[in-house]
Amino acid sequence: GGPRERRAAPHGPAASQPRALEQDGGELAVRPAREYPLSIAEKRRLRDSQQADIKYLSKWKKWKKASSKSLKKVLSEAKGLSSYLVLWRHDIHSIEGRFGTGIQSYFSFLRFLVLLNFIIFILMFSFVTLPTIISDYGIFNSTIANTSPKNIEYNCTIYEPSGNKGLVYFYTYLQDLLSGTGFLEVTRLFYGYYAVDAVWISVMRYNLPLAYLLATFAYLALSFLWIIKRSVEGFKQNLVHDVDPFQSYCNKVFAGWDFCITDPNAARLKHRSLQYELQMDLEEERLKQKIAHRTIKEELRIYSLRIFINIIVLAILSGCFYSIYMVTVFSQEKSNDISNTNFQANLLVQYLPSVVITLANFIGPQIFSFLIKFEDYLPAFEIILTLMRCVFLRLANIGVLLFSLWSQISDCAADKCEPCGYNYKLYPCWESDVGQEMYKLMIFDFIIILAMTLFVDFPRKLLVTHCSCKPVQWFGLPEFSISDNVLEIIYGQTICWIGTFFSPLLPAIATVKYFIIFYIKKISLIHTRKPADKPIRASSSKFFFLAVLLIGLLLAFIPVGVSVASIPSSKACGPFRNFNTSWEVVPDTIRTFPKGLQQVLFGMASEAFAVPFFMVICLVMFYFMALAGAQKRVVEQLEEQLTLESRDKMFLIRKITEAKRH
Amino acid sequence: GAMGGSASLLPRDALGEYQELTFLSKQEILLAYKRFSELLPKEERENACSARVPKSHILTLPELRANPFQHRICHVFSTSEAGDNSMSFEDFLDMLSVFSDSATFDIKSHYAFRIFDFDDDGTLDRKDLEQLVNCLTGQGEESRLSRGEMEQLIQNILEESDIDKDGTINLSEFQHVVSRSPDFASSFKIVL
Repeated sequence: GGPRERRAAPHGPAASQPRALEQDGGELAVRPAREYPLSIAEKRRLRDSQQADIKYLSKWKKWKKASSKSLKKVLSEAKGLSSYLVLWRHDIHSIEGRFGTGIQSYFSFLRFLVLLNFIIFILMFSFVTLPTIISDYGIFNSTIANTSPKNIEYNCTIYEPSGNKGLVYFYTYLQDLLSGTGFLEVTRLFYGYYAVDAVWISVMRYNLPLAYLLATFAYLALSFLWIIKRSVEGFKQNLVHDVDPFQSYCNKVFAGWDFCITDPNAARLKHRSLQYELQMDLEEERLKQKIAHRTIKEELRIYSLRIFINIIVLAILSGCFYSIYMVTVFSQEKSNDISNTNFQANLLVQYLPSVVITLANFIGPQIFSFLIKFEDYLPAFEIILTLMRCVFLRLANIGVLLFSLWSQISDCAADKCEPCGYNYKLYPCWESDVGQEMYKLMIFDFIIILAMTLFVDFPRKLLVTHCSCKPVQWFGLPEFSISDNVLEIIYGQTICWIGTFFSPLLPAIATVKYFIIFYIKKISLIHTRKPADKPIRASSSKFFFLAVLLIGLLLAFIPVGVSVASIPSSKACGPFRNFNTSWEVVPDTIRTFPKGLQQVLFGMASEAFAVPFFMVICLVMFYFMALAGAQKRVVEQLEEQLTLESRDKMFLIRKITEAKRH
Repeated sequence: GAMGGSASLLPRDALGEYQELTFLSKQEILLAYKRFSELLPKEERENACSARVPKSHILTLPELRANPFQHRICHVFSTSEAGDNSMSFEDFLDMLSVFSDSATFDIKSHYAFRIFDFDDDGTLDRKDLEQLVNCLTGQGEESRLSRGEMEQLIQNILEESDIDKDGTINLSEFQHVVSRSPDFASSFKIVL
């Protein structure tokens, strides 16, 4: 049939008269036809009339239009092709159809982490490991240059890693693989291997220590910028308004339904969860009214109860931290006793800190969600507060582990670290030790996730489907809790960020780990779990994941910063043997620059520059805050004006109807 | 294009034109053509471009069958003069274009407004909002909100979005409130 009119959008303002609108201003502000909300037949007519108008344009404008059109075509072809390269496109699409966008956002986040880790691995590999490989095999006539150490006490340079001792029991290899000691310690996996001062590639001198340090800063900066870019993408509008955009009713009603759901079961679940969410929100509002009318006595009681419970929470946290500290110290002391040949006991001692951390990460959240019921907060705030406490617990556990390691390394009582600045007898190569701890944490994390799925989820599913006795049915299938899973992978990612400085190939292990976890979680979701009945909208949002990831990254800056700038580097291994601290390689390199450049760079690091710079930054920030405040006032004024206009409109309409009657 | 089995392919110039007039990529248009012709009886598949598919067949698509707004979607995108909400291939493409990833915010919010406007009067008044909420919570008596809850909810929605306080939400107010909604872009999406 011929072209057909869509039934016209009633009262559609500018949309159905595009040409009239454009001729208003003198300039022809033409948008491409597809950006108009019309049927294809109408868009075709519009495009034909636009092209008829083009005939009157100058030659230059015609050429500009034609070239921009062909450029757009090329770009869309490229985009179409690149969509085939996207990892797991089909898997995530089917998950979205069956479970909705909340769970899909978790899997997209996992995909983002796989990509991020892969890029970090490429970065570290090409700048740090590749030169050593090239020089090992003599490609391009490359050799390693080792300058003789100057002014370093001989005792500090003694380092005898066990390596390949010849005939050993088989299980020694297994133990080494799981704890990063023995044969693994002397490979490229750890910091200790890179005891190279420079690599000569043909006639170029490649400064490996400088490259190592700069690659570390580069991957931290890259992660930071990439996360910020991703979080800004979806979040441009919300800084001017007061109302929390996730909690607004309009967001839940107008954007509540996931149009991508294809599975009728998922649709039923979604209906139920939407109903529950809306009812909870309305209930919460009624509660707010009640709270506003509390008596003083009730308020005192509630606040004292809250303080009491917060003290309990703090006590629990301190208990966790103290136990981690004690266990780490114990594990480090025992593992320096190499005489113990009992395989299992050895492994257990090595993994003790990881076990304690995992236990704390598991038990802590359960206790927090139990305690928060007594604090009588609004439901939405309860959820957020529990989440914040869990995030703090997980990230602080890593911090305490690192702190206890450092207290051991810098334990300078009784002149233990006299010539070298660190405890050189126990830790001749302390960076490798820290790297090993991070490696163990990562392996153990992965083993736990595997074990939980294989040995807890699947048996539970079998039990629930085949045994119909009451307690089992009451337990039911476990829910797929998005926030728990997200915190789990953020914890793993923080370990990777901290550990990469001490173990350059760790990101490769992380990439493989997350790759496998994607499939494990997908299978577990489809077969053994059900999606949560009551999903938490704010916590399943992309923005929440990225915000917590950013907190993890900022936390990772601290240990790396302290290791680089404050603790003296090992004199027995690694690229920074000839420097006081790892950071020293930068000022050293700057001193080889021309005099003028040196002065500029050293000037930038001095107070004379930093203080005025800081003041300028503050001024800029205040300017933007004032601007935002002014714009907010303008928005309020315009809203008032609109209200007045509508009242005027009503008034005039009434006058007209009155006049018609007479 | 070449003949391939029972399905005929879309002519090349039509493909280019559709790429220009919609937000869909070449692969998406071809996939849409394939799925659309599967909805037709075998004899009509040759002229898939000009055939019309009755509403009941459209609603068998997995992307629409679980959707509470399926009837509104067919109604809004159909250009059928007979009023039976049947869709031609171009209507189908229009629909996919609006729901695609690359559609602009203006287009999406405009059509979202049309879909939510159950009585087609150009504004979202209380009755429209009530029907909208009932669609969201599901069919069946026990899944509806009580009278009091519905009133409270509609009151809150109007407070947040009705700027000129006339008791209804017009297109501009709707677009304004939805532009601040972080979930809109990711939820208002259908990909074949």
